[in-house]
Amino acid sequence: MRISLQEARDRIPQRDTILETTVRLMVPFIQLYGLYVIVHGHYSPGGGFQGGVVLGASVILFALAFGLPASKRYLSESTDIILANTGALIYTGIATLCALLGGMFLDYSALAKILPIDPISWHSHGIFLVEVGVGMGVTTIMVSIYWDMASAGRLDEGL
Amino acid sequence: MIWQLDLVLLLLVVFCAVATITVKDLLSATIIFSAYSFLMCLLWAEMGAVDVAFTEATVGAGVSTIFFISAIFRTTRRSKD
Repeated sequence: MRISLQEARDRIPQRDTILETTVRLMVPFIQLYGLYVIVHGHYSPGGGFQGGVVLGASVILFALAFGLPASKRYLSESTDIILANTGALIYTGIATLCALLGGMFLDYSALAKILPIDPISWHSHGIFLVEVGVGMGVTTIMVSIYWDMASAGRLDEGL
Repeated sequence: MIWQLDLVLLLLVVFCAVATITVKDLLSATIIFSAYSFLMCLLWAEMGAVDVAFTEATVGAGVSTIFFISAIFRTTRRSKD
């Protein structure tokens, strides 16, 4: 069910201009930080899980301020489920691909048979690819858990 | 490792942990638990486990608090005490 932003806003009983403006300013920076954490996860603190949680928290923050229907305009339910499953598929797919190419499960150096670069640098790139999958999965599942818990499974209105 | 900072953080962690299980109101317990998670995050970071501290900050202090609050909003108080 797709509704207009005005209609979504009208469903919230009390609106607060300060809250909405603050969230509108904060969400892009939180998302940028989450992407930074995911992309730099393989050689610095952080990684797919932490970055995914930060990205999910940005959508949850938006849903808290603007209401659950407004957040579903930007990340619809079907997109959420597709991204979650794609993330899990990227993780297990790369791991299984390593096993099929003669290495062990999650043995990234076996991927050198597809793209011939140094097996040692494949360790770094393989972890990066897996982190992207984990990040996609965690982001969408966190948002999904919030939607389900805040609306008691009906997905119509938030807190 | 600065032992004075360690001592202060550990004392605050113990205080928050005891307060979480003794306070009556569920919402207050959730907020104190969030403070507990943040102090644990500071403790992890101080001990050099930056990755664990990051997870504690995002999951413990951030998202799980929202989940707890959204669960509390769906509960009702049976007895009036």
